[in-house]
Amino acid sequence: MPASSEVPAIPSTWHHRHLLDLEFFSADEISLILDTAESLHLATRGGREKLDILRGRTVANLFFENSTRTRNSFSLAAKRLGADTVEFSSSGSSVSKGETFIDTAKTIEAMGVDAVVVRHATPGTPHLLARHLDCCVVNAGDGPHEHPTQGLLDILTIRQQRGTIAGLTVALVGDIAHSRTARSNIWGLKKLGAHVIVCGPATLVSRNWEKLGIEVVHNLDSILHRCDVLNLLRIQFERQATRPFPSVHEYALLYAMTKERMQRSKPDILIMAPGPINRGVELTPDVADGPHSVILKQVTNGISIRMAVLWLLLGRKGS
Amino acid sequence: MFNAETHTSWLLDNGQIVDPANGIDRIGRLLIHEGKIAAIDPSDGDIPNDAIRIDAHGMIVAPGLIDIGTDLGEPGREEDETISSGCLSAVAGGYSSIACSANTEPAIDTVASVQFIQQKSLKVNQCRVHVIGCVSKDRRGEEMAEIGALVEAGAIALSDMPRPIENTALLKRALEYCSMFDRPLLDHPELLSLTRHGVMHEDMTQLVLGLPPMPAEAEDLATARDLRLVEATGGRLHLTNISTIGSVELCRRAKSRGLPFSVGLNSVNFHLMDQLLRSFDSNCKVNPPLRSAEHLDACVSALADGTIDVIATGHRPFSVEKKMQELDAAPFGMISLETTLSAVISFLIRPGYLNWSDAISKMTCNPAKVLGLTSGTLSVGQPADVVLIDPGLKWKVDAEELLSKASNTPLNGHELFGRSVMLFVDGKLKFTRLAVAV
Repeated sequence: MPASSEVPAIPSTWHHRHLLDLEFFSADEISLILDTAESLHLATRGGREKLDILRGRTVANLFFENSTRTRNSFSLAAKRLGADTVEFSSSGSSVSKGETFIDTAKTIEAMGVDAVVVRHATPGTPHLLARHLDCCVVNAGDGPHEHPTQGLLDILTIRQQRGTIAGLTVALVGDIAHSRTARSNIWGLKKLGAHVIVCGPATLVSRNWEKLGIEVVHNLDSILHRCDVLNLLRIQFERQATRPFPSVHEYALLYAMTKERMQRSKPDILIMAPGPINRGVELTPDVADGPHSVILKQVTNGISIRMAVLWLLLGRKGS
Repeated sequence: MFNAETHTSWLLDNGQIVDPANGIDRIGRLLIHEGKIAAIDPSDGDIPNDAIRIDAHGMIVAPGLIDIGTDLGEPGREEDETISSGCLSAVAGGYSSIACSANTEPAIDTVASVQFIQQKSLKVNQCRVHVIGCVSKDRRGEEMAEIGALVEAGAIALSDMPRPIENTALLKRALEYCSMFDRPLLDHPELLSLTRHGVMHEDMTQLVLGLPPMPAEAEDLATARDLRLVEATGGRLHLTNISTIGSVELCRRAKSRGLPFSVGLNSVNFHLMDQLLRSFDSNCKVNPPLRSAEHLDACVSALADGTIDVIATGHRPFSVEKKMQELDAAPFGMISLETTLSAVISFLIRPGYLNWSDAISKMTCNPAKVLGLTSGTLSVGQPADVVLIDPGLKWKVDAEELLSKASNTPLNGHELFGRSVMLFVDGKLKFTRLAVAV
């Protein structure tokens, strides 16, 4: 569907109040979010103009884990649609502050918030909030579980470059076990018909992933020739109880995307990374900044996707 | 004036008497008189005139249930449970005896703390409360508690549960040491180095949710280690709760070789699956964790073939504010004193995996044997600890209505079959759902 610069209507079939996990969104719903994102990108002239379609609405950013990129992206998205934003962050656990996490959220909701965007180190925390709050809840990453807007922006980026998702071979490389980006990508890509490969050391990519209908590979070099897209996931040093590989040096040796590996890849391969990237670990600087890299397009698309999500959740009159 | 609580003569008439220790499973009448089991099928002339007849038609008459390792919260965690609320919950669930865990603050590692529980529970005067003392000081797993003194004060068994004894050298010593006092050591088999930070059973549900894993092999390896130490020391060991295919198989093989030890399981591990964590409900966070279907099947088979001797409640009460945290911060546990019997009836007896006699034995005479108690039977002359069970009673769990102070159960809102309707402890009526009149 060609995107128009009109503010897209919210179809009557859309019934979600929250965006918690892509696992439970249909292919049509995912496509709707992508289309809406493209329209809003045009309607805001790529961010040069602000709309007022969410004027009077307030979006709270509730970040219990460090983030600059996702938090700013949500803030900008809300502001470009005319919504107000409230920022709340806490790096420590809510318990250590003597206030439970739910109480913190309820306090912020009581300030008249229409949507809460939450990031937390524990899976299921946005779901817990959705049960206890009346407002919309958007999952901005819950531990290793899901990061739906990241999955959506990755998929949008691929679709823009290739026109379609169906039939493409997309490899997610790295720390799959601890990656919320991987899980959201897997659900979304599979629903839209891609062939998904997860690739990384056996300690971070178990054979069990095959049961989700995807391919498990430990040797990156063996799949380069047939991948249309490589999404290089960040090594989540902070989530690993025991070190899953001997050294960063060895990881880079086996899995870093280098100039040399690029030469053995498909000529039109897309290189993606959800960031923040560890240069020299997941990919070398020349690859990150090279012609195949769409890393910065992902960032731009992040704002479009988040505008689309906020619009779909908050835009309906009376919602 | 008639007072049901102090009345001493009761005739439970026409019920199905299930007394596995004595091989009894038949329709009959049971006479309770002056605190004792006076007779089974007494002649009319032997029934005291003031005996109150309870029509037990269609009901099960069984020894009062016995739980091993109940958490009472007190002292130290009175916001979760007290000795009083825990005992009320026990009698409502059909339990005439509980052996409370040392999982208190301070832990039960001194004579004074044993005596505190004893005195408090006598005052509460609901069910019998036996005290489990710590194996290690403050349950820290470093040095042995004063086991001899604890036993002298009345500790019936020694355990650091729900924490495992991770230090193998300590476990070996403690098994040797406890054998001097002829008291069992209860261990929760878990290798902490494989489950550290873990929240749920490692399998597909865990993989999709991204929650930190608790792999089955963490239990299997600890079970293997514990059994090997029983063999080496001749110590008296009870594995409090197994839940995996591997543990079941290890125990089965060890028993077939004649190794003396006993095995328990928490009731949730035969009927609740790991998939329930899809709700991210912290009430489903228990230890041992809810496992996947094949492990549940293995546990049911092990109950049926006698590999598992004891069904425990695994009662771990926690206040709402503790459970309402993020999943990794929320503590492990659920309340289950009032739902375990119903779970046994609903998921083991009704589907035909266990008959009444086998099921009741795992909640009465078998735990009694583990603890060295003479109770758990309906032998004539024994103190009358008797439960009356309505096996067909369908009820819906309402966590707020349960007598435990806590309400952390994933069974809230679920329908279960069967429930205890009357409980006698020492011949006294302690709990009834039936109207009692002269």
